[in-house]
Amino acid sequence: MKLRRELSESVRISWAAIGENKLRAALTTLGIVIGVATVSLMGSAIAGLKRTFEDSLSLMGTDVLFVEKFDWISGDWRETRNRRNITLRNARRLKEELTLALAVSVESKSQGDVSYEERSASSVSITGGNESTSLVRGFLLSAGRYFTKADVDGLRPVCVLGFSLAEKLFPYSNPLGRRIKIRGKKFEVVGVLEKLGGFLFEDVDNQVIVPITCLVADMVWNPNVSIGVKTAGAGHLEDARIETRGIMRKIRRLAPNQKDDFAINQQSALMEEFLKTGGAIAAGGLLITGLSLLVGGIGIMNVMFVSVLERTREIGLRKALGARRRTILIQFLLEAVFICLFGGLLGLALAWPAALLLQQAFPATLAWPVVLAALTVSILTGLISGYLPAHRAAKLNPVDALRQE
Amino acid sequence: MSLIEGKRLSKVYPMGEETVHALRDVSLTIERGEYAAIMGPSGSGKSTLMNLLGCLDSPSDGEFRLNGVEVGEMDDNELADIRNREIGFVFQTFNLLARATALRNVELPLIYAGMAGKARRQRALEVLAQVGLGDRVAHKPNELSGGQRQRVAIARALVNRPSLILADEPTGNLDSKTGIEIMALFEELSRQGNTILVVTHEEEIARYARRVIRIRDGAIAGDEVIWPGKRGQAVDRMERWLSKLPDSPAPTEGEG
Repeated sequence: MKLRRELSESVRISWAAIGENKLRAALTTLGIVIGVATVSLMGSAIAGLKRTFEDSLSLMGTDVLFVEKFDWISGDWRETRNRRNITLRNARRLKEELTLALAVSVESKSQGDVSYEERSASSVSITGGNESTSLVRGFLLSAGRYFTKADVDGLRPVCVLGFSLAEKLFPYSNPLGRRIKIRGKKFEVVGVLEKLGGFLFEDVDNQVIVPITCLVADMVWNPNVSIGVKTAGAGHLEDARIETRGIMRKIRRLAPNQKDDFAINQQSALMEEFLKTGGAIAAGGLLITGLSLLVGGIGIMNVMFVSVLERTREIGLRKALGARRRTILIQFLLEAVFICLFGGLLGLALAWPAALLLQQAFPATLAWPVVLAALTVSILTGLISGYLPAHRAAKLNPVDALRQE
Repeated sequence: MSLIEGKRLSKVYPMGEETVHALRDVSLTIERGEYAAIMGPSGSGKSTLMNLLGCLDSPSDGEFRLNGVEVGEMDDNELADIRNREIGFVFQTFNLLARATALRNVELPLIYAGMAGKARRQRALEVLAQVGLGDRVAHKPNELSGGQRQRVAIARALVNRPSLILADEPTGNLDSKTGIEIMALFEELSRQGNTILVVTHEEEIARYARRVIRIRDGAIAGDEVIWPGKRGQAVDRMERWLSKLPDSPAPTEGEG
């Protein structure tokens, strides 16, 4: 009970003390404001980036290996640029020999204009795929069907539209069964994909998928394809990778002393890479934040020393009337904490609209954990920087303190 | 058992290379209900003695018992509790919290004693009425006259029902008329049975008390009882003034 009363008295005193010096408190807390604003913005940017990245990556599936000409992450450009393309023949033979694959897809990209009657879209991503591409990439259809092996083998001019492309070409009507022009050739729309989203690699909603055989026949001669190997689950990925590598080396006729002239990519490696980069950015942000909090904390310590000095007589009086050391200590600690907490709230108030602004260009959200962390950090700064001055106040000798003018 | 029993009290301050003996072997006894003055010129050690008696400081040597409790060996927090319970301070410069109302100033010792809000307020109001400031409770110090401020300080000293009221030059910052009023208040408190110790360098003020302890060079130079006949003109004036107002001290509105 006694402690509670002392606490409420301390809250009152420290609050009043800040009220007497509003401008001073506001200026002092500037460092905290900047620190908290930076850390929360940085935190929300990283969180937003990570989420988008995860969303984009999940489109690729965690149980899929991609055999491609280039590595996603590293790779020496001078060495890899001269690699031979991954061909459709490679894909066909790999599919024949693989035992650990549930499905093998091929995919090749091109670009071109797409139109329907007087509506058209330019620079649309044209994806050539086989009957397994939908399964491997986890496509879901909002209408119609995906194309079949017969469509692929028979070079049938059919296509599946991405969500936003379908909206663009057919704003008011059902696209199924209509014939659109892709690079001047007519294709029948047999399906429309669900909205996928994602921004990092490509706008997957603004694409049209055609049988890769049509792509090869009409548009791209000898394309460089990406082979997707879907395994029974993420746990089988390593075995499948070993098998795939062996077969690919054989197909590409590599001598034992030659390096691989292809890459086997997988989603998790990309994620790791991202986390590494994200971690570096976060560390940089933390350094900046830590510095501004340090400067802010020193400023607060300084002001608290002044505050103690100004109120030496008052401290003496309070001690004469029976205030214990603890009471005085709490009083001044609370003052520092309030100043910092105020700074933290102000920093968040600044970061919030900034995050909203950032959202226009960039996926950033000011999440609750970030807010909580920011407030905790400001309270801690207050406690740490307030301790020394408060301790000095608490151990003042009442006789000397009362004598002070 | 006396209220204050000091035996061979000494206080030594280090001052650069040398040490200063502010008090040497002072032995002093004060009974409950006494009204005494400690008198001496500045530098005589009377402030040091007051700090010891007020438990603001510990003696370098000697024994000091307050209410039968040995205070000399207590630590900081124990001393704070003793001051809170046993001692009411009245200072020359009032030492009120400038931004707090009279009521809050008087409540302060009760807060440190841990008294609950309602009872605390009631007790503070009661004491403020007792010193004649029942209608000034919501005023801040800068809205009160010097005499009223000192009354608030006296109310604050009384509020915890201390065993000892320790007044350090209580009239030092007041004009002589207001000073008399404050001394009249002390007279009344004394008649109600409070133990009062006034520290002063003015003979005039010391004569209001019933006993004068003179300090010189850190030692007791004299200890005399003041008989009613010797209390002087000022006391006569005060007596006349008190007899006109038998119940409570007059309100002091309209003063400088």
